[in-house]
Amino acid sequence: MRKVYSKIESITGNVITVKADNVKNDDLAEVSSAHGKSLARVIKLDHDVVSLQVFAGAKGVSTGDEVRFLGYPMKISCSENLLGRIFNGSGEPRDNGPRLEENMIEIGGPSVNPSKRIIPKNMVRTGIPMIDVFNSLVESQKLPIFSSSGEPYNELLARIAMQAEVDMIILGGMGLKYDDYLGFKDALEEGGALSRTIFFVHTASDPIVECLLVPDISLAVAEQFALQGKKVLVLLTDMTNFADAMKENAITMEQVPSNRGYPGDLYSQLASRYEKAVDFEGSGSITILAVTTMPGDDVTHPVPDNTGYITEGQFYLKNGRIEPFGSLSRLKQQVNKDTRKDHRALMDGMIKLYSAYKESVEKKSMGFRMSEWDNKLLKYGAMFEEQLMSLSVNIPLEKALDLGWEILAECFSKEETGLRTELLNEFWPKKD
Amino acid sequence: MSDIVENKSSGKVVGVNGNMVTIEVEGNVLMNEVGYVVVNTSEGVKKLKAEVIRIKGKNADMQVYEMTRGIGVGDKVELTGEMLAVTLGPGLLGQVFDGLQNPLPKLAEHSGFFLERGVYLDALPGDKKWHFTPCVKAGDTVQRADSLGVVPEGIFQHQIMVPFGMYDTYTVKSIASEGDYTVNDKIAEVADSKGNVTPLTMCFTWPVKRAIDAYTERLKPVEPMITKVRLIDTFFPVAKGGTYCIPGPFGAGKTVLQQITSKNAEVDIVIVAACGERAGEVVEELKEFPELTDPRTGRSLMERTMIICNTSSMPVAAREASVYTAVTLGEYYRQMGLNVLLLADSTSRWAQAMREMSGRLEEIPGEEAFPAYLESSIAAFYERAGIVKLKNGKTGSVTIGGTVSPAGGNFEEPVTQATLKVVGAFHGLSRERSDARKYPAIHPLESWSKYKSGIVGPEYVEYASDILIRGNDVGQMMKVVGEEGTSIDDYITYLKEELLDAVYIQQNSFDEVDAAVPVERQQHVFYILLKILAAKFSFTVKDEARSYFNQLRQIFLDYNGSLWGTDAFKAKEKELLDALASKQTGVEEKGAALLANIK
Repeated sequence: MRKVYSKIESITGNVITVKADNVKNDDLAEVSSAHGKSLARVIKLDHDVVSLQVFAGAKGVSTGDEVRFLGYPMKISCSENLLGRIFNGSGEPRDNGPRLEENMIEIGGPSVNPSKRIIPKNMVRTGIPMIDVFNSLVESQKLPIFSSSGEPYNELLARIAMQAEVDMIILGGMGLKYDDYLGFKDALEEGGALSRTIFFVHTASDPIVECLLVPDISLAVAEQFALQGKKVLVLLTDMTNFADAMKENAITMEQVPSNRGYPGDLYSQLASRYEKAVDFEGSGSITILAVTTMPGDDVTHPVPDNTGYITEGQFYLKNGRIEPFGSLSRLKQQVNKDTRKDHRALMDGMIKLYSAYKESVEKKSMGFRMSEWDNKLLKYGAMFEEQLMSLSVNIPLEKALDLGWEILAECFSKEETGLRTELLNEFWPKKD
Repeated sequence: MSDIVENKSSGKVVGVNGNMVTIEVEGNVLMNEVGYVVVNTSEGVKKLKAEVIRIKGKNADMQVYEMTRGIGVGDKVELTGEMLAVTLGPGLLGQVFDGLQNPLPKLAEHSGFFLERGVYLDALPGDKKWHFTPCVKAGDTVQRADSLGVVPEGIFQHQIMVPFGMYDTYTVKSIASEGDYTVNDKIAEVADSKGNVTPLTMCFTWPVKRAIDAYTERLKPVEPMITKVRLIDTFFPVAKGGTYCIPGPFGAGKTVLQQITSKNAEVDIVIVAACGERAGEVVEELKEFPELTDPRTGRSLMERTMIICNTSSMPVAAREASVYTAVTLGEYYRQMGLNVLLLADSTSRWAQAMREMSGRLEEIPGEEAFPAYLESSIAAFYERAGIVKLKNGKTGSVTIGGTVSPAGGNFEEPVTQATLKVVGAFHGLSRERSDARKYPAIHPLESWSKYKSGIVGPEYVEYASDILIRGNDVGQMMKVVGEEGTSIDDYITYLKEELLDAVYIQQNSFDEVDAAVPVERQQHVFYILLKILAAKFSFTVKDEARSYFNQLRQIFLDYNGSLWGTDAFKAKEKELLDALASKQTGVEEKGAALLANIK
């Protein structure tokens, strides 16, 4: 029988303190207030003073409320029954389904031994040409989507969730607008992907402590499934909200801020989540795609900046498209050599031409006369943007490559493409 | 691991805050002493390694090298009476350690995929036999760091030395005869001046935060440390025993440059300290290095490499220790008269680890919340590099190259600035050059080196740099006034700068020949290039000049790709010189003097 403490000593922000014995760091407690029960986590011990972070927030908690220590750290149920279900940041169902209590696992476990990691080798096909052809996503990769606030990043994630060739998807939502949350739900339901998806959703109106838990819960569950041989894709949106929750929390805890108010361990905190991406040799894998909105469209802001140092490349979402310049998948070389022999050359060639197109557009906007070559480029650029860059395009890699050749043939003669003769002979579309 | 029993204290936990615990000590406590927090977890009792970082009366604050989940008030703490130390002896080369010198592959055999808390394994294989040949006999007098014998370790003769922490003068009482021993077998007994006898094995420990100083004097670093990167060796050289730093924004190629240096550098031993960076990058080295051959020895590259790997998701306190572990191992091999290169990637993550601990200690923060001692810590770390004269007259060196990851790619931040104050060379990477896919992305105008150990004379470098600066100025001006407003002479300077950049400063890292260029070839090619740079031309039309330089560039790139000394190489050289002669109308005065002085 665990002791119940009924004298809360102090309440600051979401943190309460009680005097208690025999409490372990990181253990859970249950706080019962007039508004219901909430879980809380031990974050600091100082002699007999225990500081607890209340998941539901300390609003409405009275100094006379009861605190009961559970004697174990945060756990989450992990089984096939989670599939198709929606939970909040504390792991409570938010879809009116039953609570799950089987096979409880700890969250925020140890990291993978680097010597057990393997060089990634499998491509994750998404059906989006800007990813598959130009910056292939690789199993076990961690990639952020850098985006300014107005961009359709959640739509992009939903598309990837529906189209990606993986066994299951875990979606961790942090600070989501409620309609975005509903949008995700509807999109996946319509796309028939709901049955292989698990949601952990924190909406903007939920307590911020739950926001902090979302990545840990999502990744702990992903890890379990990966160890059982599943290819798991974890989608996180939006990591900037996660970082902001961390900032809010650190400031109320009176930690010394380092850069623009963010705590000094921002890098380590982000890294310990992103580094969960892994390919278990002989078993499954975790791939992470995470939206990072850039406040003020500024990539040097601490959140995207630290993220860039951690992740293996980035996708820039700009004007509703994945920007070919600046976007980079650091692991694409590992996989795009084995897809089709024209993949790399076509990728480079088309990007070079697209960059030439951009120059022509600039020239045009400055009122220069357009040469014949400029006109060809303008035609090419328009076709490229419409047929390949648009996010609504959903075609397999091979089709996308064929389409690439067709666009080239439509706009240019063979020599003008700058591609190797041998490839041109094999792949140049024959005109009937 | 230690035999010292006296002086051991114990304590109990009275507070936990993140990865810091506060303990109440019974008995004496030593600053930076290592202790173990005994925790009851669901998987049984675990002992978590921790280090004392502050002492206040009966209380001591300890940073725990593991997650602190499950630690409670009242938990016992066993203090060891010793500072954080590494084990030194044969068998270090080729290993992969974490920041506390745990061999990671063995840890994986023990615990599987994950890094289990509280598991610490011996750094050196205890069952491996080494063939020991003594070089002293009973009755000889020895001091610290004197050699007792040697064992072969891969390509090196590993000196078995008197432990560096034995400061007396000793008489050898007995020494093992030639034969095979494990690192823990007794190989000698020595008696100090008072007659106390100490048994010695082939290994001993040394605290990581103290520099190994068992040498007679430090020398000035002058001899170049060849990296086979033309821009570094010719323009911004690093001396053996010197220090350099590579700051750059993300994606500019810091790690790639470090990896290539770790493969090609002309040193005896390379230590890679992957400090708080991506685990995936270490994996590439782990899987690649055993397959690659070291061109100098013909053996596997792994035989000369040690990897200290404390990646970003591993405990942050161990990250702080990892660079010290790495440099201590380097200093140990330096004592054998070897040249060691330590590559630390990235020192910013190490500085951030210090910042995190400082925050927990609630110290008054300095700039960007880094602790006030940031600069002195960085300086002290880089000062552990150096070339030294040993007691036996040999020299050995530790060269340190550290990457810096400045926030937002802005070099005006505390870690970059503190590092620039103490290093001998600065190889600043630029986003601009890396976006333009120029490798290496080291900025040729912003970088510098204080070492006068370039592979060509300083006056030559100055001449080439002058063209770079002037050409760059013209380039900037042309953006404003256009090609039409530029004089033909300026335009030619600009073309020369472009050529120098394209064929000498940049390298093709995918081309086997061009990826790593030995000194002899660098010098030869530099002088050929100098002939072009010093040449006078009398073009009248800019298009003609441009197409001529494009032609030169094309030949030069093929020349760079042809194997040294082959007929193809000679043919390309001739083609290049013929092409030069076809348009050259004279030689610039200063250039002529330089060309005349080439031997």
